[in-house]
Amino acid sequence: MSALQDRIFAARAEGRAALIAYLPVGYPDVDASIEAMVAAVEGGADIIEVGVPYSDPGMEGPVIQEAMDVAVRAGRGLPDVLPAVAAVAAAGAVPLVMSYWNPIERYGVDQFADDLAAAGGAGVITPDLIPDEAAPWLAATDRTGLDRVFLVAPSSTDARLAATVAACRGFVYAASTMGVTGTRAVVGAAAGELVARTRLVSGDLPICVGLGVSNADQAAEVASFADGVIVGSAYVRRMLEGQGAEGARALSAELAEGVRRPGVRA
Amino acid sequence: MRPEWPDATGHFGPYGGRFVPEALIAALDELTAAYEAMRVDPAFLAEFARLQRDYTGRPSPLTDVPKFAEHCGGARVLLKREDLNHTGSHKINNVLGQALLTKRIGKPRVIAETGAGQHGVATATAAALMGLSCTVYMGEEDTRRQALNVARMRLLGAEVIPVTTGSRTLKDAINEAFRDWVTNVETTNYVFGTVAGPHPFPAMVRDFQRVIGDEAREQVLERCDRLPDVVLACVGGGSNAIGIFTAFVPDNGVRLVGLEAGGDGVETGRHAATITGGDPGVLHGARSYLLQDDNGQTIESHSISAGLDYPGVGPEHSYLHDLGRAEYRPVTDAEAMEAFALLCRTEGIIPAIESAHALAGAMKVGRELGPDALLLVNLSGRGDKDVETASAWFGLGGHPAPTDADDRAVEAGRGADPGPGLDTDQQPTEGAVTSGEAVAGQDAEEQA
Repeated sequence: MSALQDRIFAARAEGRAALIAYLPVGYPDVDASIEAMVAAVEGGADIIEVGVPYSDPGMEGPVIQEAMDVAVRAGRGLPDVLPAVAAVAAAGAVPLVMSYWNPIERYGVDQFADDLAAAGGAGVITPDLIPDEAAPWLAATDRTGLDRVFLVAPSSTDARLAATVAACRGFVYAASTMGVTGTRAVVGAAAGELVARTRLVSGDLPICVGLGVSNADQAAEVASFADGVIVGSAYVRRMLEGQGAEGARALSAELAEGVRRPGVRA
Repeated sequence: MRPEWPDATGHFGPYGGRFVPEALIAALDELTAAYEAMRVDPAFLAEFARLQRDYTGRPSPLTDVPKFAEHCGGARVLLKREDLNHTGSHKINNVLGQALLTKRIGKPRVIAETGAGQHGVATATAAALMGLSCTVYMGEEDTRRQALNVARMRLLGAEVIPVTTGSRTLKDAINEAFRDWVTNVETTNYVFGTVAGPHPFPAMVRDFQRVIGDEAREQVLERCDRLPDVVLACVGGGSNAIGIFTAFVPDNGVRLVGLEAGGDGVETGRHAATITGGDPGVLHGARSYLLQDDNGQTIESHSISAGLDYPGVGPEHSYLHDLGRAEYRPVTDAEAMEAFALLCRTEGIIPAIESAHALAGAMKVGRELGPDALLLVNLSGRGDKDVETASAWFGLGGHPAPTDADDRAVEAGRGADPGPGLDTDQQPTEGAVTSGEAVAGQDAEEQA
């Protein structure tokens, strides 16, 4: 069973897409970041992506880089996600970790899988790990039952879409555009095309779309063709602006309205 | 003979591979396929050979340096003169190959990262030659240390973007270049500067650089009628070292020694000696040794040499280390600068500070082996770009713009006094350029 897939199916049963909020642990500090995650849940997020601070986040745009840089300089890292995961679970959302690969390898792949499962984590998104390189991770997640979310991109060939989807559990992360994280004025047509191509091979596996979604209108647009809407930089921007937990709560409320707009689901 | 590694998916034993976002896999697959077709295409091989001969000036000479060798235990020392290549270092060997590949896959723009600026200058040069648009990412810290190379890149028509994230050095320039690439991959090829990064870069850059060792092996055999006992090269990412090592890897009697940047000393934690002081992990798209803390965060490296100031290393070096086929030793800033000064004064050759690490290694190894030894050292680049840093280190003349090197000179109790290895009897002649005048390029950079 997959906790992520269950939650996304529950949203689908309500005729809406799931809302997935990303916040990095440790910005502005560990406690405040956890408070913001809990507030994001209370505002309406179904799933929280708990971000792991990393020194070389190659897929992140300037907003998330700035927050991560503060957390890294304060000595924060993978061990700090475990209390965040527990807090998110207690608040009633599904906790998912987003981590670049080296922190997990350094912690110990099996040790981390055990510790995350014990803390109540549902799974992990690994943005720089492709299934081709993931044999130890596939084994550890099979052993512990953790979900594993890999990415597909507009540039993915049909063969890679099929192979990546086959390795995923929970959902597959469709990167809406070729680029790094960050808010964008419009979510491009590439997102819809990628989701349509992925649907051909994904079976029951939900498809969630990330990169560039920042407001309720965009959330509604993405919710019209995807099973979940992933929002990161827009949350982090509110944290950088000093809005704290209330900013995260308010953004969740806006986005939760977007993913529930009547008629957005076919 | 091509080494039996990496495997078809770019693995050197446990090292290498591809640890990048899925969005880049298609571009890496495209590059791999185009490169595999190109490297056996007679038309490409002829064009590449013509450029190496007529544009770069290959083959580069082999120079006996007997007076410098007196400081190497009396061993015979031969320098492979990559410093005499067009653009002043070995970097041109690789970029000409990758620029031809860029033309072959039909992309109009190249991007590159650079540390010391040598790879950036080489890429800007190849882009100008082949009519490609060029953007170079360079850590802000390095644009200050290597202002001359920033000016050279701009003269060649490249856009130089100072990177202000993280440690503002080479590792952050690589992160920014990858971010540019994933965003602009339809029009843009990433010309990677060293034998690191995701597959196919480590194997491809090795293939383009191995001409150094292929030539040197023949030259040494012809001149000395035997193989060298030891081949030495500096290792940052490790492209010049792989370039000179590869031809000798099957020669089991030849020791391969890579000299890593020891900075203030490995024991101080302020160094860039990745294999000596690091552990295996994943950085910049590949598994290899790296400098990291308990959380898996990359540790900022330190070296007087911008080109070696990198917390990672190419995966083939990690593999050669684990196999025991190559050995890696640290050389401190002070040891490298002593060797730098010695080569200047004994042989009339100003080496790049990067290459001075290899020279310092030759001094150590030569003293260990004695006068019967034959050492081959890769002089990977020339030191014009390092005049300011060296002047500050040795306290030569006035210095309007403080740099890290100044701080270190003061900390080390230098300053106005010439450092060890300088011949104090010789004074600058009247009209000689002072270090104050020599930094005009930096002023221009700051005004730009």
